[in-house]
Amino acid sequence: MEDGVTRSRGHAVARRTGSGLRAYTMFFALAAIWIFFQWRTVSDLYPYGLFLHPLNFANLLKQMSVTGVLAVGMLLVIVARQIDLSVGSLVGLAGGVAAMTQGYGLAASLASAIAIGVAAGALQGALAARANIPAFIVTLGGLLTWRGVILYLSKGETIPIRLPLFRSLGVSLVHPAAGLALAAIASAFVTWRSLRRRASPARLVLPPALMFLFVAHMNLQGGVPLPVLVLVVVALIGAVVTRNTTFGRYLYAIGSNPEAARLSGINIERHILGAFCFLGALTGVAAILHTGRVGSSSPDAGSLMELDAIAACVIGGTSLMGGRGTVSGALLGALIMASLDNGMSLLSVENATQYIIKGAVLVAAVGFDMAGRRRE
Amino acid sequence: MTPSGTPASSPADRAASRRPPLLEMCGISKTFPGVCALDRVAFDLFAGEVHALVGENGAGKSTLIKVLAAVYPSGTYEGEIRVDGDVRRFAEIRDAERAGIAVVHQELSLVGEMTIGENIFLGREPRRLGLIQWDALRGAAQKVLDELQLSLSPEAKVSQLGIGQQHLVEIAKALSRDARILILDEPTAALTDSEAEILFAILERLRARGAGIVYISHKLGEVFRIADRITVLRDGCVVSTDAKSALDPSRVIARMVGREVTDLFPAATRTPGEVAFEARGLFHVRRGEVLGIAGLVGAGRSELLMRLFGAQDGAEVFIDGERAGIRRPSDAIAHGIAFVTEDRKRYGLLLDQPVAMNVTLAKLALSRRFFTDADEETADAERAQRELRIKTPSVFVQAMTLSGGNQQKVVLAKWLLTNPKVLFLDEPTRGIDVGAKQEIYAEINRLAAKGLAIVLVSSELPEVLALSDRIVVLHEGRVTGEFTRAEATPEAVMACATGRVRAA
Repeated sequence: MEDGVTRSRGHAVARRTGSGLRAYTMFFALAAIWIFFQWRTVSDLYPYGLFLHPLNFANLLKQMSVTGVLAVGMLLVIVARQIDLSVGSLVGLAGGVAAMTQGYGLAASLASAIAIGVAAGALQGALAARANIPAFIVTLGGLLTWRGVILYLSKGETIPIRLPLFRSLGVSLVHPAAGLALAAIASAFVTWRSLRRRASPARLVLPPALMFLFVAHMNLQGGVPLPVLVLVVVALIGAVVTRNTTFGRYLYAIGSNPEAARLSGINIERHILGAFCFLGALTGVAAILHTGRVGSSSPDAGSLMELDAIAACVIGGTSLMGGRGTVSGALLGALIMASLDNGMSLLSVENATQYIIKGAVLVAAVGFDMAGRRRE
Repeated sequence: MTPSGTPASSPADRAASRRPPLLEMCGISKTFPGVCALDRVAFDLFAGEVHALVGENGAGKSTLIKVLAAVYPSGTYEGEIRVDGDVRRFAEIRDAERAGIAVVHQELSLVGEMTIGENIFLGREPRRLGLIQWDALRGAAQKVLDELQLSLSPEAKVSQLGIGQQHLVEIAKALSRDARILILDEPTAALTDSEAEILFAILERLRARGAGIVYISHKLGEVFRIADRITVLRDGCVVSTDAKSALDPSRVIARMVGREVTDLFPAATRTPGEVAFEARGLFHVRRGEVLGIAGLVGAGRSELLMRLFGAQDGAEVFIDGERAGIRRPSDAIAHGIAFVTEDRKRYGLLLDQPVAMNVTLAKLALSRRFFTDADEETADAERAQRELRIKTPSVFVQAMTLSGGNQQKVVLAKWLLTNPKVLFLDEPTRGIDVGAKQEIYAEINRLAAKGLAIVLVSSELPEVLALSDRIVVLHEGRVTGEFTRAEATPEAVMACATGRVRAA
């Protein structure tokens, strides 16, 4: 997780965070959720609570990685004032195609999942950007269509994953020593950057410390889960795209004021198409992680995942009106959603109640955000 | 604040009418982030009176009207509004309407796809059991049109009317609410002379009927013809309120501007070079030349520039004598054209993004790079901030927090960073204060001296006359006149702009 509220001179050219206060409130909300679940999962077996215990926390993060990967892609689409409701169905379709192409080897299977994602994203992006059909409608159609396609292709049957490497993508752990080595490399890089920007001592020390703490914690149960590593890589790519590329910059410009962006010489169609393709590729990645973790592809896999991804973005401060949102915020949102899911399951909260609470949290988070903005 | 007269009624007025004024606004102050738009403004209006409100753009006229019409509800400003002597606090626009206040804004608020009748009664259609009584609506609309002696059918679609007729419909809509206080904001800006005469006749009848009229206009000739009293606003303050008989136009102008008018437009002498840009059959502009495009609102000036810039269908133009096909704005920018659009909030700015991002956007798009360079962008933005004197605490604050004049400078800075050869300026000084205006005029002269070919569209005729080397006049999308600076008189240009004369 990268620095959330960068106040450095350089990156403020395209300042993404609304207000520092807002980002902190979401951290406090997360902390409150964690403390609550930790307290409620205290038992004879786990005298300090089960929730943050390495075994459970690794599980939570594996669940979160799928939503997190989708949320990073969804962020770019929402920032450009678009939406994609089809990613859940597309996770099902891409996962199913990957399962069906296992016979051609791991590389072909994974590549086909990502190719399906990009192709579907390109089609929907073209319909939204060039044919001017609202993205909401195009991807609502996609939600139904892709689900129909996978039901047709799989004849409604669940396909088991036989390739051991494929399964391991969803479940295996990074070797403890390798995990520490990665943490060391990342720390060195972050420290170098902080020094160059003359960051405050807290900012210099805190990120590396948290990284080592995290890896050590995960090593207690055998290592950092591989999907989490994938999410970190995806998040880094997302952060670079949003902050350091013209592609990302134009998406914010288009979301802020499409007319002004167009008159400034930005090709709106091409960039919206690009955002949908980017999300499509990440949907393929998410499908691989999800299918590998479950160990099979069922025709209803991925249902409602689009809503989790959108909710993660929105809780993390992304505006559905476009032009506003950060990768770190979307990840924070995904973590909050995953924590609620996991914690309520631990407490054996009924399914019905889980839905109600998640819905209420989503609406409350946005309501809180809007109230905060009015005060600004 | 009041060198002559008093902000409230003069003795003569009080003698004429012993009743309390129809409308009284006292101590109205309104601030926006970074600007004080109104500072303890006092304004009153008697029944049967036309009270003109004049001042430069940005002087606070529109803000004052918005306070009165509850576009800014009670509580968002300081001061008091009294109607018939009673203090009124309007929470929403409808409250002001119920109190008999009707505003005809400069921008039309008609729905083109609806008929005149539907527009007049939009939102308050005669209903029975929740169903619209179409016959009653038509009858009532016909009655309103008859009262105004407008020969229009309530069945006609608004989109099929000319722009001047649409304005008259807008006025009919306001009057159909039984308004006792009618506010007209630049009502004749889009009217032909004959349409304006119809309007003046209507106002005369309304005045005789005892309505109070607030009349906002830049055209002092009109103001002196129909107003009883004139209030001058400048920088959010009332400069003076006087009976018309105590004033003459040059004194009003001096009060509006706060100094002699002559130094508003910096003098410039230059010798234009080769033709840099040509749109065949319309106009051409030379290096180092300012070409003014005059015309009434709705004459198609902005549409023309939009088309030449590739923002609508696309166009074929000649740049430095060579044919250039322009299909989209990026083509135009690549050919060295820059376009400071009108309505900066709608077309120019990313309001919720930092100033720096706004300033560097067009340059980035032109560069076709993939990675951004934050240090370079910051340096570019801060240099623009210094050179154009953009008043902002830093280049990292959101563009919406800046005042109008500074926002306009941000848009200008964005385009200057693309290093253009040809600069289109569409209403570059609309809604900004006099100081910022003067800086923009100086900048235009500086850029022309540097060899840029500049096309200037402005609705303010004095601005066009003073800044341009040559002037082209548009009427209904066609060129109806062309003048050199020496030939151009306001009368000659207006004659072409209203379509009365063709002097091409």
